[in-house]
Amino acid sequence: MIRRMLSAVIFLLLWVATPLQANIEAYHFDDPQLEVIYKELIFELRCLVCQNQNLADSNAELAQDLRRQTYEMLVAGKSREEVVNYMVQRYGDFVLYRPPLQKSTLLLWIGPFIIFAVGVFGLLLMVRRRARQQRVVMSESEQQRAAALLGGTSAATAPQDKGRG
Amino acid sequence: MSLKHLLPLAAFLLLVGLLAVGLTLNPREVPSPFIDKPAPAFSLPQLHDPEKNFSVADMQGKVWLLNVWASWCVSCRAEHELISALAKQNLAAIVGLNYKDSPMDAQRWLKRYGDPYLLSVSDIKGDVGIDWGVYGVPETFVIDKKGIVRFKNIGPVTEESLQQTIIPLIGQLQGEGA
Repeated sequence: MIRRMLSAVIFLLLWVATPLQANIEAYHFDDPQLEVIYKELIFELRCLVCQNQNLADSNAELAQDLRRQTYEMLVAGKSREEVVNYMVQRYGDFVLYRPPLQKSTLLLWIGPFIIFAVGVFGLLLMVRRRARQQRVVMSESEQQRAAALLGGTSAATAPQDKGRG
Repeated sequence: MSLKHLLPLAAFLLLVGLLAVGLTLNPREVPSPFIDKPAPAFSLPQLHDPEKNFSVADMQGKVWLLNVWASWCVSCRAEHELISALAKQNLAAIVGLNYKDSPMDAQRWLKRYGDPYLLSVSDIKGDVGIDWGVYGVPETFVIDKKGIVRFKNIGPVTEESLQQTIIPLIGQLQGEGA
């Protein structure tokens, strides 16, 4: 019963989701190469209104306008760089989902590597410390006592091992 | 307590500190690339007299404000009183950029709430808005005598931003040579 209800809900959700997906307007390109660039661009450019969406995801009016602008510029023969520069001139580097490498973004770019390096360093330290702790040298009498506690002398356990092998 | 035990606490405090700083920042405020750059040129029909065009060059030698507004924009109504009060002080001309609006709705809106603008221009398709990097109507730009954008207010102006930033800036710019 519950399973049936669940599948009905999922079906309903899928049914609702399809028209939402289809809401993005379709632009016709004569050159498939251009269409590829267009799709890449709208995935890489940020919608300024809903800041965590790119142009492809957003239904904000500004996103629609910027998609149209991107389309028109590409059809007019502008290159990918020219479209990106056009957007950056107007909205700043923020419009790029992949920020350029420059002074203000240096930490953003190399930060993860620094954290990774610190992590690896810490791990190495820990592993080495542990290795040192395990290398405990036991005296002869201690070894004998340990062997006795573990069940029998070392001489007695040896044949057993052989038998198993 | 050894240093080893304090380390997680230190890391936690660092995280709390970073988050606290993050809370005080406004992610909506994207630094405008236009500050200290020439105002993007445009020539658009005037709202009340579509036969006549207004262009940025007309304001050469004057300190002026460009206020982006629309009749569909709720925050524009919120800031309208302040914009009107500013206009009454006659510190600088305020030009309205009527953004993605129908001229009829826009005129009705001005009739109802009062028209503080020297004039408004109709940017029906929103192309000039894109050229000016508009993304959150209302927006207010302050342009100096040389036609350089000196300040941009994203979202509705507030009493605070007017008194602390915009009005002092206008005074300073009026003192500068053309």
